[in-house]
Amino acid sequence: MTRKQRRLTLIGGALAVLAVAVALVLNAMRDSIVFFSTPSSIAEKHISPGQRFRLGGLVREGSVVRGERLNVKFDVTDGSATLPVTYQGILPDLFREGQGIISEGAIGPDGVFKAETVLAKHDETYMPKAVADELKKKGLWNEGVPKKVSDTKGLAK
Amino acid sequence: MIPEIGHYALVLALVLALIQGTVPIIGARLNDSALMNVARSTARAQYIFVSLSFAILVIVHVASDFSVVNVFENSHSLKPLIYKITGVWGNHEGSMLLWVLILALFGEMVAVFGNNLPLALRAHVLAVQAWIGSAFYLFILLTSNPFLRLANPPIEGRDLNPVLQDIGLAIHPPMLYLGYVGFSISFSFAVAALIEGRVDAAWARWVRPWTLMAWIFLTLGIAMGSYWAYYELGWGGWWFWDPVENASLMPWLAGTALLHSAVVMEKRDALKVWTILLAILTFSLSLLGTFLVRSGVLTSVHTFASDPTRGVFILLILCLFIGGSLSLYAWRASALKQGGLFAPISREGALVLNNLFLVTACATVFVGTLYPLALEVLTGEKISVGAPFFNLTFGPLFVPLLIAVPFGTQLAWKRGDIVAAAQRLMAAGVVGLVALAGVWAWVRGGSAFAPLMIGLAVFVIAGAISDIVERTQLFRAPFSIVAQRARGLPRSTWGSAFAHAGLGVALIGIVCETTWNSERIASMKLGDVANVGGYDIRLDDISQQQGPNYREQISRFNVTLDGSPIGVMTPSKRNFTTRGMSTTEAALLTRGASQVYISLGDANADGSVAVRIYHKPLVLLIWFGPVLMAFGGMLSLSDRRLRVGAPKPAKSPGSLQAAE
Repeated sequence: MTRKQRRLTLIGGALAVLAVAVALVLNAMRDSIVFFSTPSSIAEKHISPGQRFRLGGLVREGSVVRGERLNVKFDVTDGSATLPVTYQGILPDLFREGQGIISEGAIGPDGVFKAETVLAKHDETYMPKAVADELKKKGLWNEGVPKKVSDTKGLAK
Repeated sequence: MIPEIGHYALVLALVLALIQGTVPIIGARLNDSALMNVARSTARAQYIFVSLSFAILVIVHVASDFSVVNVFENSHSLKPLIYKITGVWGNHEGSMLLWVLILALFGEMVAVFGNNLPLALRAHVLAVQAWIGSAFYLFILLTSNPFLRLANPPIEGRDLNPVLQDIGLAIHPPMLYLGYVGFSISFSFAVAALIEGRVDAAWARWVRPWTLMAWIFLTLGIAMGSYWAYYELGWGGWWFWDPVENASLMPWLAGTALLHSAVVMEKRDALKVWTILLAILTFSLSLLGTFLVRSGVLTSVHTFASDPTRGVFILLILCLFIGGSLSLYAWRASALKQGGLFAPISREGALVLNNLFLVTACATVFVGTLYPLALEVLTGEKISVGAPFFNLTFGPLFVPLLIAVPFGTQLAWKRGDIVAAAQRLMAAGVVGLVALAGVWAWVRGGSAFAPLMIGLAVFVIAGAISDIVERTQLFRAPFSIVAQRARGLPRSTWGSAFAHAGLGVALIGIVCETTWNSERIASMKLGDVANVGGYDIRLDDISQQQGPNYREQISRFNVTLDGSPIGVMTPSKRNFTTRGMSTTEAALLTRGASQVYISLGDANADGSVAVRIYHKPLVLLIWFGPVLMAFGGMLSLSDRRLRVGAPKPAKSPGSLQAAE
């Protein structure tokens, strides 16, 4: 086999694998991408009941109700709108009222967000970035961030 | 005073790196060996100064000197000693210092072990290392100085993030960095080759052990990180396709490809231009990983702080090195001589196929990791790309690769015979099919996916074994001859057999864990019994205990299987007062390669406690596989050929024939 033929075989093989990869990526992009939204932008983002998305916001103070069999109900708020959420299972260590969370799930026919996962990583000075960005946009940032951050920042300087 | 010495040592290291980045290059231009040898001394001195700087940071952490901001923010006087030490790199500044320490360590190692390198090549390699070093010293000194002081030292520190107060922090980041940064050597060699416009089989022989070493550490580092996440985060998950995990997986995939293409280059003097490109890409992906984790564009457990100036600075470093090296590549690659010819069906061809699939798989991970970031920057739309995306793209690309692995090792160099290879793999194929059928029968139908994957994994393992059987003529020759041949096999052959078998072992673990994992979430009272995976788990006792810097609530579970006691498990929930955070300490009960896993949720008012119990069959194989791979890598690294470094004629016809 000549150098040219060999090169053509190689390039052909590479293109074939790449084409398969591109097809796989496009296919996966269509089905498995999840959008992010806060309670107030659900309508503007045309998220319909049953469609999976990631909900971000703060757990409203005084809204957490623990029921039987590890069922939990709470409200997620971004300041201007509030969405009721139900979840069954163990909440993360850092879940608490006033804490920023991100939850993946879908809105049921009853208008309640049924959460499949609830994420609240990190310490109390942390908030999921997406949530923080949204809150900053709405001018609620100071309210959402515990005072401790500014205190310690001042100390550190 | 002591922290200032550390700061000063780091400044000196920067000055040395600047000298090392210029003088040897001038020396190489003038062909002046004295100037070129400057690189050796500066590399060693640089290592000494960075070590000093790092040692001082460790000392101030151990001494709980809260006048240093870094110590105040990440330490606490009551913290156990081990976490005072590991806490040094459990934060942004300290971990960057660890990064440059390891970079300097590799520079030192090239200076020490590079005696047989041509003088100019060594000068160039060390100069490129120094460029990387300079950039990161500057980064630390300008944006992330760990030795900053507080005017009014507080009495107590803010403690380390409790999630990080674990032995995993002692092992995972250093291992990972040894891998990430280790690839800087292959990068420096590649850039040096491009500067010199000359690359040959000897070059590959020098690069391979360094790449292999970095690869071993990265493999172990990723596996360790995964196991740490598994037992610490309390969800029982071991891989989340989190961007930060992907950031370490991408250099691993590219590095694995590099490892294989370097073999072709060393043995057959082919694929030179491609190998150089891969070396550049691998380290570029390591830099990208550093950028993703350190810049704060992503928020995850790994991101300790975010500060825009840092992000911009690392982005600049990233553009400079990736852009610079790729431009150099575009300019100089055509100057490199073409390599040897080979047929598509040959060992070389198989290794090209391996590279093709690994690089494509790496590209899909790249797209999945960076697409959401790019989309947010361009349109402001926030999306998340999670496990389903990667399962749909990465998975299908890895399956053909795994099928090809046993064939590759059976093909001869230059021109292989696929039919003969298939005949030799007959036994392995039969074993794989038997495993498939066995699993199928055992699960009685159901999804065909798991049995198929296990069949494939067994085929890969059996293929690796049959390679050794073939070469030692086991079952065909008398035992003494077999033993003699086994001893005569190059260690790199044993190494690749172990590494490939490790791939199969890990796949079995992954398939078993994901398919037959049983989970039970319940609210349990004292005396309640939960049945998971055949085990009866009874909650016997709930107690409180005071730890050094936390309070913990411990639940004791008694585990029985068919009435006979197996053991006691004590998961706990720790409350760290300083940060007001709590962590879940899962309890693990290992039975063979399977585990029972219990983690606690919140205690309820009525005295019951939320409990999450898993039975994870063969889960340990997931990490045992990478350990096997790393072991194979170490065997390969101890191969005489790589140890000796320079080409030597084979002593006996036996070892000639047994060559890879």
